[in-house]
Amino acid sequence: MAKPKVATTSLAGCFGCHMSILDIDERILKLVELVDFDKSPIDDIKKFTGRCAVGLIEGGCCNEENVEVLRSFREHCDVLISLGDCAIMGGIPALRNTIPLQECYDEAYLNGPTVHNPSRQIPNDPELPLLLHKVYPCHEVVKIDYHLAGCPPPADTIWEALVALLTNKPVALPYELVKYD
Amino acid sequence: MSDNLPAVVHEICQAHGGDRTRLMDIVRAMQQKFGCVSGPAMELLAKELSIHRVEIESLVSFYSFLSTRPKGQVVIRLCNDVIDQMAGADEVARAFEEELGIKFGQTTPDGKISLEYTACIGMCDQVPAALVNDVVVTELSTDAARRIVRELRKHGDPTRLVTRHGDGCNGHELVRAMVMNNIRQRGSIIFTPTNRGEAIRKALAITPAEVIRAVKTARLRGRGGAGFPTGMKWEFTRAAGGEQRCVLCNADEGEPGTFKDRVLLTEMPDRVFAGMTIAGYAIGADEGILYLRGEYAYLRAYLEQILAKRRQDNLLGNNILGKRAFKFDLRIQMGAGAYICGEETALISSCEGLRGDPKNRPPFPAQKGYLGRPTVVNNVETLCCVTKILEEGPATFAEFGSQGSTGTKLLSISGDCRSRGVFEVPFGIKLSEVLKLAGGEDAIAVQVGGASGQMVAREEFNRTICYDDLATGGSLMVFGPERNVLEVADKFMAFFVEESCGYCTPCRVGNVLLKDRLERITAGCGEPADLEYLQELGTTVKTMSRCGLGQTSANPILTTLKNFRATYNALVKKRGDGRQPAFDLAAAVAEAETIIGRKSTHAHA
Repeated sequence: MAKPKVATTSLAGCFGCHMSILDIDERILKLVELVDFDKSPIDDIKKFTGRCAVGLIEGGCCNEENVEVLRSFREHCDVLISLGDCAIMGGIPALRNTIPLQECYDEAYLNGPTVHNPSRQIPNDPELPLLLHKVYPCHEVVKIDYHLAGCPPPADTIWEALVALLTNKPVALPYELVKYD
Repeated sequence: MSDNLPAVVHEICQAHGGDRTRLMDIVRAMQQKFGCVSGPAMELLAKELSIHRVEIESLVSFYSFLSTRPKGQVVIRLCNDVIDQMAGADEVARAFEEELGIKFGQTTPDGKISLEYTACIGMCDQVPAALVNDVVVTELSTDAARRIVRELRKHGDPTRLVTRHGDGCNGHELVRAMVMNNIRQRGSIIFTPTNRGEAIRKALAITPAEVIRAVKTARLRGRGGAGFPTGMKWEFTRAAGGEQRCVLCNADEGEPGTFKDRVLLTEMPDRVFAGMTIAGYAIGADEGILYLRGEYAYLRAYLEQILAKRRQDNLLGNNILGKRAFKFDLRIQMGAGAYICGEETALISSCEGLRGDPKNRPPFPAQKGYLGRPTVVNNVETLCCVTKILEEGPATFAEFGSQGSTGTKLLSISGDCRSRGVFEVPFGIKLSEVLKLAGGEDAIAVQVGGASGQMVAREEFNRTICYDDLATGGSLMVFGPERNVLEVADKFMAFFVEESCGYCTPCRVGNVLLKDRLERITAGCGEPADLEYLQELGTTVKTMSRCGLGQTSANPILTTLKNFRATYNALVKKRGDGRQPAFDLAAAVAEAETIIGRKSTHAHA
């Protein structure tokens, strides 16, 4: 029987959650026995090759491309997990949600203290995704099945959750893995 | 203003004995004089009262009638509860905005007039209504709104807006309000002729324990809605240790749709004060406080005069009616626009000069209430009942009503019915009979017990008004066939979001989430799972909140889910794509499209 597949992505995140995935250390060898990776920065596969058992989403949605990627994850994955605080509630990127979008663009491309932009143009290449008016947590864009909190969630938490899901066991994380104070 | 500020602050504080617990009165006086309680004023007050500035600021920021920034000399507060809106409050609102040239929440550039919304002001039987400073204006039309603005521009005196007076004591020289009593049905307990002083005389002829026994024999239960046995409450308070005890009368009638206490205070104030005096005698208290909601400030001078008259006639003060060693007096504590202060522990906080935050229970007020003293808090109507029980004896009282709910109940009926106003009915009456009395037979729903009560569907109109079935503080809002019950529930949720004190998370956050999800459903973006979500979250808010507000705030949703399930089911549908239908990509990128100047390739694919 083919191994189940896992896909991962980082939307409006810092890749910290992906670093935490790597923090499972040598257990990654065990994980490779359990699963194949599909679309993911880990193996650099850009497009889904088929149906996936689990999708791990890092980061919320700050632009139109994030939305598209997230929607395709929802389409291709049986179980979708919001991984870490940015996916769950927008996190640091969502700090801009109280600031008008025009000011955000201006600060980034025109007025910021380290900006050098003699042409005074805001970059406008069609390749650059348009920003959403605010940063959305993933579950406001598509249905999310599980939330793994933390900034980032500890490697052990990710490991236990993944193994439980992939071996059809209930995701019952012990208190130590979900307490953050 | 700034020159004499220290002098005025000193004077106001001195007038209240420099007493920190009278902070509500002190800042109300400041607000009245200066149109705000400014930063410098707070500094001075803090120094004068030897407290921290933050204690004053936290109080001022809590109450909606107080502000740190100046408001207009005249503040128009239009009631925006659901009954007012059904009667066209939105059109009236537009008329105010147009005529004033400002939006709600703003002040005219000349600093003369501010325009605000406010929650239920206790005038649901004469909607739409508004407060202009302390003056109540009722049955507003767009024309009336424009006229009010024009007149205020001319003379700036809200009292001159009142051209006709309401019935009964609304025409009293110290009231002069256009408010109508609208007493539609008089029963055998409350709206009966009274012999002033008789109840107190009879009470003083027996021992306090016997007074409590009489109240217990009458099986009187609290009229505010919760229905706690009054005699038992008094007994606990009397038994609690401590030198001083206190009687509080809860006249913070803020539950949307309730206005019967307004009528009692207008027409039966002597009965209320007699009830307080008798309670004082029974529990061994020598002081009482009537907590009058800020919205009823127009009754204050009148009530003060009644109190003065009672003092003159030896019905208040020392050796009342010649009874040696029994003294009792009371003062009026004004509120300042906070629904939560109707919750008894929040009311106590407010009387103590604090934010209207609820307190933890236990200890209950009966053990440790106002300033740590054993305290009874009774509803206005309950105290009227007490007076009647002493006048005519407990047996006569218990003849009316049902076994578990003796006496009569005042109902405040508003909404889609022909006859709106106050009805005194015996407990045990069927809801359908009440609707017949009020001319609301074609109702599809009745909200019983105010926003925090329950939405009852037609199929259940045979239920009865009593503590064992439909318990209510008296608010009955009638909704006719053309109304949408989910829209009504949504308005109630908006009310709770606004009025939550913010202390505990289930209430502060939970109500916002409930409202959002309800709106998602009414917008046609709901799924069956959303109904489960509402049920689950509603139950969490109900069970985890700290005080009565949060424990009942989910009711508009929970009771409509139960009684109007078909309405919800018709709005939700299952979707297979796993997307959140409420998320609109095109709308989310629209702003960036304008800024960047090109269309999104994703949103319009």
